[in-house]
Amino acid sequence: MKIKELPDFHGYFELFGGRFVPETLIPALDELESAYKEVKNAPSFWAEFDSLSHDYAGRPTPLYFAQRLTEHCGGAQIFLKREDLLHTGAHKINNALGQGLLAKRMEKRRIIAETGAGQHGVAAATICAKLGLECIVYMGEKDIHRQALNVFRMKLLGAEVHPVSSGSKTLKDAINEAIRDWVTNVSDTYYLLGSVVGPHPYPVMVRDFQSVIGKEAKEQILHKCGRLPDYIIACVGGGSNAIGIFHPFVNDKDVKFIGVEAAGRGIKTLQHAASLVAGKVGVLHGAKSYVLQDDAGQIRETHSIAPGLDYPGVGPEHSYYKAIGRATYVAVDDNAALEAFQLLCQTEGIIPALEPAHAISYAVKMASSLDKEQIIVVNLSGRGDKDVDIVVRALGMEL
Amino acid sequence: MNRIASVFTKPNHTAFISYVTVGYPSIEATLKVVSILANSGCDIIELGIPFSDPIADGVTIQKASFHALQNGVTPKVCLEAAKKLSRKVKTPLVFMTYFNLVFNYGLEEFCDACVNSGIDGLIIPDLPPEEGSELELIAQNHAIDLIYLLAPTSTEQRIQLVAQRSRGFIYLVSVTGVTGARDNLPPNLEDFVTRVRRVASQPLCVGFGISTPRQARQIARIADGVIVGSRIIQLMESDSEVLTQVQDFTIKLREALDTVTT
Repeated sequence: MKIKELPDFHGYFELFGGRFVPETLIPALDELESAYKEVKNAPSFWAEFDSLSHDYAGRPTPLYFAQRLTEHCGGAQIFLKREDLLHTGAHKINNALGQGLLAKRMEKRRIIAETGAGQHGVAAATICAKLGLECIVYMGEKDIHRQALNVFRMKLLGAEVHPVSSGSKTLKDAINEAIRDWVTNVSDTYYLLGSVVGPHPYPVMVRDFQSVIGKEAKEQILHKCGRLPDYIIACVGGGSNAIGIFHPFVNDKDVKFIGVEAAGRGIKTLQHAASLVAGKVGVLHGAKSYVLQDDAGQIRETHSIAPGLDYPGVGPEHSYYKAIGRATYVAVDDNAALEAFQLLCQTEGIIPALEPAHAISYAVKMASSLDKEQIIVVNLSGRGDKDVDIVVRALGMEL
Repeated sequence: MNRIASVFTKPNHTAFISYVTVGYPSIEATLKVVSILANSGCDIIELGIPFSDPIADGVTIQKASFHALQNGVTPKVCLEAAKKLSRKVKTPLVFMTYFNLVFNYGLEEFCDACVNSGIDGLIIPDLPPEEGSELELIAQNHAIDLIYLLAPTSTEQRIQLVAQRSRGFIYLVSVTGVTGARDNLPPNLEDFVTRVRRVASQPLCVGFGISTPRQARQIARIADGVIVGSRIIQLMESDSEVLTQVQDFTIKLREALDTVTT
């Protein structure tokens, strides 16, 4: 069965998505949607996007056969889509570039963004510097503390970093604050949202910019192996790297998708960020999707060792994939992610970000149980330089 | 005629609508302050059900919501408080909250519970009409007004949409921004009210940023009601026991509205 072209006219992936935002923002979302529709069919826009993706961001990224990791597992062949090699160190630059170019076409010169791990913040600051736009990044105080290197990078790139001290002081609260800024400064401000979350058209627009990952991976695996992979595995916080690699394969029904969420200190402890695995349907940040919430509907505080996964919601398209069974969602805890982080360092000489270390962990476990003809592609969505501090502390070492 | 509509039938009368966060700083304080507001000239009282992520609210209501949540306030607690209040005061009561709490409760169940607690209307700032159809229908069947909002950024098309759909009154957000007391009203407010008036037959009530009798008077000249929230929460920060400041403020604001004949 072919998967329908979604979202629909109202921004829904069947039951998920929509626009649950204050009235003030609806005209801005309409404006954004029509501007995006226009560029979507404008060859000149995509020519610029492709050219900068190539020359500035460093695309295409390699699809790398992880031979020693594969041997270590003794099962399926593991390929890594090397988004970690991109400029600024993660897949986030794909979206920041696309939206930055769009903002410029819309003649909005003040850009606001939220960030969790700081990867989207750095990508946004980078693109704003390149395009000559003003950049303000909202970041939870807890994240500022644990991703200090990225805070400094953003400042070097000329962005203003606004600490957010409300709520859990993480990504969720940074998004709240960015939305409040947008409500207040809507006429001259572009909100550069970093994941496939938020009100329509963000989930579809961010997906389109990130789909470059899956399009390349498809061509590369066909070239290398002459066939499509059996599994694609990606970590899911908001879910942009996962949708980016999944979506171009959505109608290849033999390719199974596995999204790996953060089990934190364990699902039972409630200190996790596994919205699809352990949440229920609700409305957060403008969209209906799976949300971690208490019995009364208050949004729960989350935990993950990976700041980029530390978010109580998830993109509506993932909720849709879960509902129709197109993707399977699992969760990997902090310790398993840390082990996978070290394993990839030692077997392949690649330091992954803690976020995709969750995906690596699940891939390793799975590969061992599959035979050697099977192919797994893992989206290595970012590199781990930013996480060295966290890992040093978690392993009880000293710098 | 329902209770909200009847507020707007009094001749030469500008409605005074006040907001309090339920459970800030305590449930006892809420019970007490609502009586004071009702007896000092408020025509409609909004009871805020605190939500963990209030994206339309400024610092004052964010803090009050956070505090109330720390006190263990849930939608059920708010419904119980409303039940007590609706027996005590004649003023129409409206819940203001965010959609996830209503969705999580169950739309039908929530409206049942609202009727049971004597709630007359709902204001849900993150539920624009495009997303509101289902709740609207259920609310109507329960004789509860679902009150929609318009903002200065709303286009003519959206004004028409809200004019077709809003019940009770239309909540005009005075500024592009979040809730919170401000020193001055935006200069283009009158144009905005006029634009809506041309299309809508509902009463128009203006909120967000209104904190002084002088501002209230200015609004009374152009609109049918004035909504004050953050200022009342601020007055409760320093005095939640006797609440004389809230009482004095309410009386002064009522007097200011009454000096304006529309």
